[in-house]
Amino acid sequence: MCRHQNETLPDTAVYRKERGTNEVTMNSRGLRSQLKDSVPVAGFSPQGAYGVQDSLRSGFTSVKNELLPSHPLELSEKNFQLNQDKMNFSTLRNIQGLHAPLKLQMEYRAARQIQRLPFLQSSNLALDTLRNSDESIGFEDVLNDPAHSEVMGEPHMMVEYKLGLL
Amino acid sequence: MATLTAVRPAFGGFSFDNCKRNAVLEIEASKVGCSVPSARKTGTTICGVVFKDGVVLGADTRATEGMIVADKNCSKIHYISPNIYCCGAGTAADTEMTTQLISSNLELHSLSTGRLPRVATANRMLKQMLFRYQGYIGAALVLGGVDCNGPHLYSIYPHGSTDKLPYVTMGSGSLAAMAVFEDRYKPDMEEDAAKQLVRDAIAAGIFNDLGSGSNIDLCVITKNKVNYIRPHDEANKKGVRTGDYKYKQGTTGVLTKAVTPIDLELLEESVQTMDTS
Repeated sequence: MCRHQNETLPDTAVYRKERGTNEVTMNSRGLRSQLKDSVPVAGFSPQGAYGVQDSLRSGFTSVKNELLPSHPLELSEKNFQLNQDKMNFSTLRNIQGLHAPLKLQMEYRAARQIQRLPFLQSSNLALDTLRNSDESIGFEDVLNDPAHSEVMGEPHMMVEYKLGLL
Repeated sequence: MATLTAVRPAFGGFSFDNCKRNAVLEIEASKVGCSVPSARKTGTTICGVVFKDGVVLGADTRATEGMIVADKNCSKIHYISPNIYCCGAGTAADTEMTTQLISSNLELHSLSTGRLPRVATANRMLKQMLFRYQGYIGAALVLGGVDCNGPHLYSIYPHGSTDKLPYVTMGSGSLAAMAVFEDRYKPDMEEDAAKQLVRDAIAAGIFNDLGSGSNIDLCVITKNKVNYIRPHDEANKKGVRTGDYKYKQGTTGVLTKAVTPIDLELLEESVQTMDTS
């Protein structure tokens, strides 16, 4: 069994190889790599349709406009679910040992793979049950429900993209 | 072609797409001289007090939009669960949505546990949600109820801090109401004394604060009963008109009367059904 002496969180940005007593190695990159903290570079991906800047809605492009988030809560909200999961897994690890978050994360990955075709919205029932969010209602169920979105991706394009044929 | 594919948001919730546009519009509007519409606030007096058998919550009923009264008789005491009610001050939409969300969550939670929900649970849910949005949800709440551990009263601020106290006031008229409470509050009051105290506190807020007005609503929560009294007291009555421009029958004298019958022939009759779907 591996013991990480100087690591309190279940994931670090650095890929670490630990040799325990029975020579087991572990990849501890986990959740950190999924955090969406990436800062967009000015001019490379403007917000409008077809990648052209939308002067009517967002004004003239400037480096400051594209680097800073448009609202102080934007980054915090984008990463909220991930941060909650991190916190919960870390607490679970401290209470019950490493096996508990490992098993749960394995189940999460399995549940996340049960999806419909890429252009259809799937209910994520298994994932909701695991996360216990099937017994609570929040703003993500009321506002901007992806199931009720007005635009739909082009089905052929999306399936080809998913299969790697594009 | 590829830009059409991955447009949809994976999750719902708040979308910050229009924030930059709104900021630009606000700057442009202030250059021209107009102002963007502001949110409707409740500029309120709300208060609550714990008495011997339960909790009395009180609120005024005026909702303001800047300098204009938007709603003369709005209801500020919101239902959370059969034994828990919550008064809301601040932005009207925020208090409304927040209390409805927490009420739904508490209902699901109590169905899952099989027990009557506790006031501390509602308090914890509210404070976690308000802290998550860092005060951008402008809801200042007075939460009160009776559960298996007795009567409880909490005050919750927009940034997420809470206080558990025997008497609390919130809103723009909170200082006036608190003055009344500080003078006359006694622990373990009777129900009528508590109702009178809350009524006087809200009246102090109504008469001394511009943002509060109209009537006084009360909600008395005891172990098995909730008494939602709306309105308990009409502190500001709208004036009654003293004059009347209607004339009595017979004011004008009739000199002559001539009756001419008009004969109409029925030529054609057709029925056209209305689409009432």
